Amino acid sequence: MTSTVNPVDERAARAPEFPMARAAGCPFDPPPGLRNMQREGPLAKVRLWDGSTPWLVTGYADQRALLGDPRVSADINRSGYPRQAPMPPGGTGVSFILKDDPEHARLRRMVTAPFAIKRVEAMRPGVQKIVDDLIDELLAGPNPVDLVEAFALPVPSLVICQLLGVPYADHDFFQENSKVIINRNVTPEQRSTAHGNLIGYLDDLMGEKIAHPVDDLLSGLAGRVTAGELARDEAAQMGVLLLIAGHETTANMIALGTLALFEHPDQLALLRETDDPKRISSAVEELLRYLHITHSGRRRVAMADIEIGGEVIRAGEGLILANDIANRDPDVFAEPDRLDLRRDARRHVAFGFGVHQCLGQPLARMELQVVYNTLYRRIPTLRPATELERIPFKHDGSVYGVYELPVTW
Amino acid sequence: MKVTVDQDKCVASGQCVVAAMEVFDQRDEDGIVVLLTPEPPAGQAEDVRHAAAVCPALAIEIQD
Ligand code: SF4
Repeated sequence: MTSTVNPVDERAARAPEFPMARAAGCPFDPPPGLRNMQREGPLAKVRLWDGSTPWLVTGYADQRALLGDPRVSADINRSGYPRQAPMPPGGTGVSFILKDDPEHARLRRMVTAPFAIKRVEAMRPGVQKIVDDLIDELLAGPNPVDLVEAFALPVPSLVICQLLGVPYADHDFFQENSKVIINRNVTPEQRSTAHGNLIGYLDDLMGEKIAHPVDDLLSGLAGRVTAGELARDEAAQMGVLLLIAGHETTANMIALGTLALFEHPDQLALLRETDDPKRISSAVEELLRYLHITHSGRRRVAMADIEIGGEVIRAGEGLILANDIANRDPDVFAEPDRLDLRRDARRHVAFGFGVHQCLGQPLARMELQVVYNTLYRRIPTLRPATELERIPFKHDGSVYGVYELPVTW
Repeated sequence: MKVTVDQDKCVASGQCVVAAMEVFDQRDEDGIVVLLTPEPPAGQAEDVRHAAAVCPALAIEIQD
């Protein structure tokens, strides 16, 4: 009998660990390991924390095709789903981003109205005021200061609190708990406790909104609960998701984006010199493409055999769509590693693609446009107050960014 | 150019509105796409093509 080694098994046996480390001194570029995989072909195998070996998809076109493919599931409870971390004991409720249609669509449509373009545009003057007031405070306060604490985190937190109807006074509480939830290195028990804290908080708040509805997103959900269209725990779950997603991601884009601009003074000058909305919106798209802060990839599982570039992903196998490296795909973006605020980067996949594309992207884009158009023009001498080597990066988070960014002016 | 949209597929991302405001709008209740101009003039063709390309739900179809 001749022994044949299944080539897929053999590949799994030498699959590198994922997530991968970035190169030292190269905080804005994806890990070199991902880049090598992208050069070698459309599919590779990686090894996760639990020993499983899902497929890693690196190419832009393949990722878009898979994210739009109904044979691909986002259901975290399906066997083969590549989990980022152990599930807490007893599990937690799963929000719609980890479910498939029609359940996903039913729940998502309950919260889409406030993120429609016209509604978001109507919020722009309010966001401008939040940004201006925070810059006034920044200028009146200590110098140097940590930009994350003084500006990058408060901007989106204030905005999402207003939109949802969450008292901003509680921000220390929910920011502390959010930090634990998105940290990959905490224990399942710690994550479960933090999640429980937030669920309890949102559930109390939901009770208040059911009793005294006002004009905010949580009251809208409360109305659905009262009408029997939504379970109260589902409503609290959605509130937690929106609260976390609403501030962590944008805050990291503000701080990491500012640091990237400090490292590219010619590009920073472009933003300082213009207030043309088209140019600012291009700049935002390019920073989203270049920084790709959701660096743990989109996670999916195949529900049928799917062929990609001559290889077959089998039903039940996990998929990680590394959108950070897709945004640096040279087939789509010329000189992808160059930060070029003048390029047309609108096709990037920083918000994902397919039916699960980030719900808050219109709001995030608008906030970033206001911030990048205001901060560097109002404080033209803004600069880092420490060396790049001393800045702590969020290598351990599911969202990439900086923990601190000391600045001076 | 003829445009059709599939409201069942749409996930209300509004990217089509940003790309081609004369052609696409969103419903007030849930942000689902509304087609304003099924046969957009040639001058808007490029924007409409871009809208179809960035639509995450593949809900926009174009026939030339
Ligand atoms: S871009 Fe697509 S998903 Fe987004 S609103 Fe328009 S049709 Fe709907």
